[in-house]
Amino acid sequence: MSKLIFEISRPGRRAFDLQNTEIPQKTPAELFNNKSIRKVDARLPELSELDVVRHFTELSNRNFGVDTGFYPLGSCTMKYNPKINEKVASFEGFSELHPHQPAESVQGALELMYNLEKYLAEITGMDYISLQPSAGAQGEMAGLMVIKAYHDNRGDFARTKILCPDSAHGTNPASAAVAGFDVVQVKSNDLGMVDVEELRKLSGPDTAGLMLTNPNTLGLFEKDIIEIAKIVHDCGGLLYYDGANANAILGQTRPGDMGFDVVHLNLHKTFTTPHGGGGPGAGPIGVKERLHSFLPVPWIEKTGDKYDFNYDKPDSIGKVKSLYGNFLVLVRAYAYIRTMGKDGLRQVSENAVLNANYALSRLKEAYDVPFGDRCMHEFVISGEKQHKMGASTLSIAKRLLDYGYHPPTIYFPLIVKEAMMVEPTETESKETLDGFIDVLLKIHSEIEENPEMVNSAPHNTVVGRLDEVQAARKPVLKFDFPE
Amino acid sequence: MHKYIPNTDAEKKEMMKQIGISDISELFSAIPEKLRRGDKCKIPPGMSEQELIVHMRELAMKNVSAYDLKCFLGAGTYDHFIPAAVGALTSRSEFYTAYTPYQAEISQGVLQATFEYQTMICELTGMDAANASMYDGVSATAEACAIALVSARKRNKIIVSDSVQPETREVIKTYMNGRDVVLLEIPFVDGETDYDALETAIDDNTAAVCIQSPNFFGIVEDMDRVGEMAHDNGAAMIVNTDLISLGILKPPGKAGADFVVGDAQPLGNPMAFGGPHLGYFATSGKYIRKMPGRIVGETTDNKGSIGYVLTLQAREQHIRREKATSNICSNHALNALATTIYMSLVGKEGIKEVALRCANNARYTRDMLLKTGKFKDMFNKPFFKEFVVSADTDIKMLNENLHHMGYIGGYKLDKKFPWLKGGWLVAVTEKRTKQEIDDFVKKAGDAV
Repeated sequence: MSKLIFEISRPGRRAFDLQNTEIPQKTPAELFNNKSIRKVDARLPELSELDVVRHFTELSNRNFGVDTGFYPLGSCTMKYNPKINEKVASFEGFSELHPHQPAESVQGALELMYNLEKYLAEITGMDYISLQPSAGAQGEMAGLMVIKAYHDNRGDFARTKILCPDSAHGTNPASAAVAGFDVVQVKSNDLGMVDVEELRKLSGPDTAGLMLTNPNTLGLFEKDIIEIAKIVHDCGGLLYYDGANANAILGQTRPGDMGFDVVHLNLHKTFTTPHGGGGPGAGPIGVKERLHSFLPVPWIEKTGDKYDFNYDKPDSIGKVKSLYGNFLVLVRAYAYIRTMGKDGLRQVSENAVLNANYALSRLKEAYDVPFGDRCMHEFVISGEKQHKMGASTLSIAKRLLDYGYHPPTIYFPLIVKEAMMVEPTETESKETLDGFIDVLLKIHSEIEENPEMVNSAPHNTVVGRLDEVQAARKPVLKFDFPE
Repeated sequence: MHKYIPNTDAEKKEMMKQIGISDISELFSAIPEKLRRGDKCKIPPGMSEQELIVHMRELAMKNVSAYDLKCFLGAGTYDHFIPAAVGALTSRSEFYTAYTPYQAEISQGVLQATFEYQTMICELTGMDAANASMYDGVSATAEACAIALVSARKRNKIIVSDSVQPETREVIKTYMNGRDVVLLEIPFVDGETDYDALETAIDDNTAAVCIQSPNFFGIVEDMDRVGEMAHDNGAAMIVNTDLISLGILKPPGKAGADFVVGDAQPLGNPMAFGGPHLGYFATSGKYIRKMPGRIVGETTDNKGSIGYVLTLQAREQHIRREKATSNICSNHALNALATTIYMSLVGKEGIKEVALRCANNARYTRDMLLKTGKFKDMFNKPFFKEFVVSADTDIKMLNENLHHMGYIGGYKLDKKFPWLKGGWLVAVTEKRTKQEIDDFVKKAGDAV
């Protein structure tokens, strides 16, 4: 392991210098009441600049990103993050703006956001967009609050339930709970789709809405979507679209046309903004006209050639985050949409779906495919057969690390045993896919010959398999400084 | 074929043959005919990289940034100096093109950095544990209210001081929207929480008291007194604070805070027109298993070597679904990394120096503004890097005038506090020199 930064600290070293000043300097004791002052220093490290640079460079060498290798993490759309987007997001004209500057001094930023809203509305088939939510989960929360505000505004307070398929992302029921709804689970049918009859039974005057991902988390397009939308609308509910899988449908079809009333998009998935080791992302939401007045404030409005923020929206659910959204993430997504253009966006979904089907068609010779033999942009295979042979899906994932691949999402969706959810994305080549598939087939053979070797994987990583149970039982969440 | 898509026509043919189709459109056959978009998409045609960079530069040049102007504006977002090493290290793509470290063995870099981040946050705040970061300071504060509420079981009152940043209070309201909770705001007197009003409001139905110190007006609040009142009534204390101030100011943990939260943007992250920033979230021991968001813990591998993993995941939405402590999934890992690198660079001495310079610069600016005779002190209390003066003028006009002279002026307070007419909230960081301050004061005085 690398030493912790606190262990390489040496008293007296510095990596920072403050500029000189001619302003007379008072001490904390002269500026503040005695009881407000810090008495014991925070033990931040003391290092030279090179010490710091070496430390974090070493850490980066112990990390795997999309630039390192193939990262088919299902539902996360780990596609290539174009370098030009990083460059334009670093322009001082974007990165050094204070959010409360006069509007006349940020017209370029407002124009970019205004047009990004228009593009996302066009891509999703919605009427209005709010760029404010920080991430998909916050978009879900905001979107569900919009649904609640809509029903409340009509005086319909009986709609307390949100329907979620059993294949839904965990954030869906969690966001519904946070927004104050009860969650009702809808079973999937034998084909891995929403069971329409079950949905009909569960829908009623207490239904606030249905949350759906389409294609769903099994990578299947909900072909009954028109009927599903009708059932929910007929009972007075609304449809929420979880846009995590929007990469499959870019330019092909739109949630707005399918009948969805609220949509969120994950710009860090479909629109190539980097995942950052776990964020920041951005989770804009879109709505149909009848929900417009409930969107978070402020709205960006254009009068003549001038852009400005408008906070005066009395029906709005309010603010869900500070200021206007993760602006530098929005800049990257905007740059991506302008780069791809209409034709490029369509090629994204075509090739994402082609790549996924190709990988599925080759993998099914060794792995079980629980639902159908076609998919959209991702697919789910089961490691149940391999589990019976002596190695679990977790072990297969860990063995993939030895071969230099990031494993698929595992044990999700919950309705598939020993699930592996594979999302290749359109930015990967055939030879990359073939390399990955060959290794998965090889691991299958390894399990036939020597499951123990797979069960003790990984063998080639900087640390061996880590004990998560121990970590949770006796949590050590910070460095224990020697006294 | 587009430059970001590698499949050649020949490869596509091979792949289709393997799948058993003759045209890619067959793969989309599950989409009902009437839902197909056809050729109707109205996004403009794609741009080459050269065209894009010209276009983006044009947009950027329609903005005037703190790179060109001297910034005296804060109100929650601050213009601090960022050493070059921060950007150099966060732009290593092994960090920024990774996702959440689900596969710990190939993610030790971000996991260890996060463990170091959690340690440094605990050191500054004086708390027992911190999570891996959240979206921003305001949502971190709202999440703290939610956890305090859930933990207090039968109690359903949350008290928030009006001296907390208005946006934070607005987002708390939004987050509490779907819950059975009484949200009570108590006023401030002379720029500081009205402690007598707090004493009257707090009762055995109170789950938590939320204050900010230094507060929205820059004033250092009496955390000890609030902590005592909260704990005497069995309520939790939530303190929102600026980590920079903790270089010289008392850690809220020492005043008995149960939750310490805020925005860590000032530590290594650009202002970025408001985002992405990051929220930090720290807590005392008894709330560890109720914390929202990702948490990194130390463990050992199968050979006994130390390593780091995501831990206590049983709290989280992907396991607990509707019973999770929060719906949050991702954090702001890259911003947290920037903050970790910043804290490593400024180090033990630097954090004190930055804090003290901010405090001295702010004090000097306030004194010089008063000296012009055009500005009056609005609150007479010790403040950190931000303060309020008032002038008998239209603050919007004053800021517009200053803007044309090369400054980003202070925050116009009567936007959110109509009774603080003429109030001007001015922030001064360590970046401002004496010359810049003197010029700013002169021009502001002349403009009034």
